[in-house]
Amino acid sequence: MSTLAFDGTAMLGRQLLRVRNNPALVILTQTMPITMLLFFGYVFGSALAMPGAEYRAFLVPGLLVATAANGIMTGMFQSAQDVHRGVTDRLRTLPVSRAAVPLGQAVADTIVTAAGIVPFLLVGLAVGWRVEGSATAALGAVALLLLFRFACTWIGIFLGLLTKSEEAAGQLGSATFMLPLLSNAYIPTDNLPGWLRTLAEWNPLSAVATALRDLFGNAPVPDGASWPVAHPVAGSLAWCAVLLAVFAPLAVRRYARA
Amino acid sequence: MTSTYAVLSEGLEKRFGEVRALRGLDLAVQRGTVCGLLGPNGAGKTTAVRLLTTLLRPDAGSARIAGYDLVREAAAVRGAIAVTGQYASVDGDLTGRQNLRLFARLHRTRDPGGRATELLARFGLTEAADRPASTYSGGMRRRLDLAASLIRRPEVLFLDEPTTGLDPASRSDIWDAVRELKQDGTTVLLTTQYLEEADQLADDIALVDSGRVAHTGSPRELKALIGSYAEVVVADPDVLTQAAGVLDQLTGTEPTFDHERAAVGAVTRDSTLTLPRLVRELDAAGVPLLDATLRPPTLDEVFLRLTADQEVAV
Repeated sequence: MSTLAFDGTAMLGRQLLRVRNNPALVILTQTMPITMLLFFGYVFGSALAMPGAEYRAFLVPGLLVATAANGIMTGMFQSAQDVHRGVTDRLRTLPVSRAAVPLGQAVADTIVTAAGIVPFLLVGLAVGWRVEGSATAALGAVALLLLFRFACTWIGIFLGLLTKSEEAAGQLGSATFMLPLLSNAYIPTDNLPGWLRTLAEWNPLSAVATALRDLFGNAPVPDGASWPVAHPVAGSLAWCAVLLAVFAPLAVRRYARA
Repeated sequence: MTSTYAVLSEGLEKRFGEVRALRGLDLAVQRGTVCGLLGPNGAGKTTAVRLLTTLLRPDAGSARIAGYDLVREAAAVRGAIAVTGQYASVDGDLTGRQNLRLFARLHRTRDPGGRATELLARFGLTEAADRPASTYSGGMRRRLDLAASLIRRPEVLFLDEPTTGLDPASRSDIWDAVRELKQDGTTVLLTTQYLEEADQLADDIALVDSGRVAHTGSPRELKALIGSYAEVVVADPDVLTQAAGVLDQLTGTEPTFDHERAAVGAVTRDSTLTLPRLVRELDAAGVPLLDATLRPPTLDEVFLRLTADQEVAV
């Protein structure tokens, strides 16, 4: 286990160096959710029945979750790139713990995400979003969000090792863009037709978005929702546990497979 | 670990779908020697290296690397080897120094920064040390790859086409590094498409063709396998046939013509055939000679000949 910790830390350091060496790429990635917040918040916000400011406060947690789900694409792209460039094979020939490489990548990605939350929430504050609940609950919301990101990154790492294709990761980008559209990240699901509402509420993003809104005190848990949304914190934790239990071992096995 | 072989494989097989990339690879590399795996594209050289470095699992056969079983003791094998190749590369997003420090840390080197500085200097990369590796030229990149393999002295170093695509100066840098490593006692297994490279570096050459080792031997032995090459250039094209007749008698093999140069040549395994005798016999037959040579064949000629023989045998 100490081997895993040592190697994992080394690999974490590598990923953070990559970020430091390519600040432009990171800044570009971080401006995307801010742009969407302003765009959706003011364009959609003026068309919805909900008052604009209230919608923007509703949207901030939704966009946080949608951005976290992008970990699938980021994780996939990075591990596919490593395979493609031969870095993965070089690491595989070293006496390095098999789980260290994907673990280092997932932790680094989560740290970068955590740093990216700050400017986004500052813009959120500027457009009317507030922490209405306790500070402890708000910290819980951030922790939950990062856990979700961590889980999503493992999905991506597995897919990247599986497809070995940066192009496929790019294609998946459009698919992950659809994920929040079929959830309550951007719109409340209350008025959707029954079957569609159920489908949207069983989307993991819905549980996490609802939990964030609940913990930040931005919007109440909707009535008559499916179980993961009706019990958003438990539902989110359950989703993260399931995703991690499935994809982390798959990714490690895929990485170690000779 | 009393084995005298650093790499010993028996009947390694690997199949990718319908393609049988390796069909029973037998290889024995003595400790402290340089072995060249020589063969055309698609012969199975890279697959062989990927198997021997634990990157692929063999479908059949077995191998011991530095005394460890390739499959059952894969972790120990990884501790004893280093690999450099097109597919096993450093991280272009990191600088040369950052790469070497990372690999030094993964190797549990006591002073990763110091080791990185040392290797950067040894491979002439000090000036470029703090630039991203993606900005390096092909030669610099390959030197950095090699430096990353030498963080800790490996027992066996695998180099997959270490100089493909490099300019002559960079190629000779890599060659010097390989010679130094051999002096330090490192076993080197290198694959190459360049016969000159194998001739320059390798103590033993394994000719790989269609997923098998077709022939093994020192460069000298492989050349002796097909003997010497006698060639004469005549003053008058009309006597070319006459010269060919003499050559045929002397060598016992069918001569090949080069009409443009008014030359004719033949391979001989007869060690009593000397240049003076060749000249005397041709002179006695009244052939006006401009030039006559008797030389060992180049590895190109050996290779073309031996693989052609294989095709006939199949």
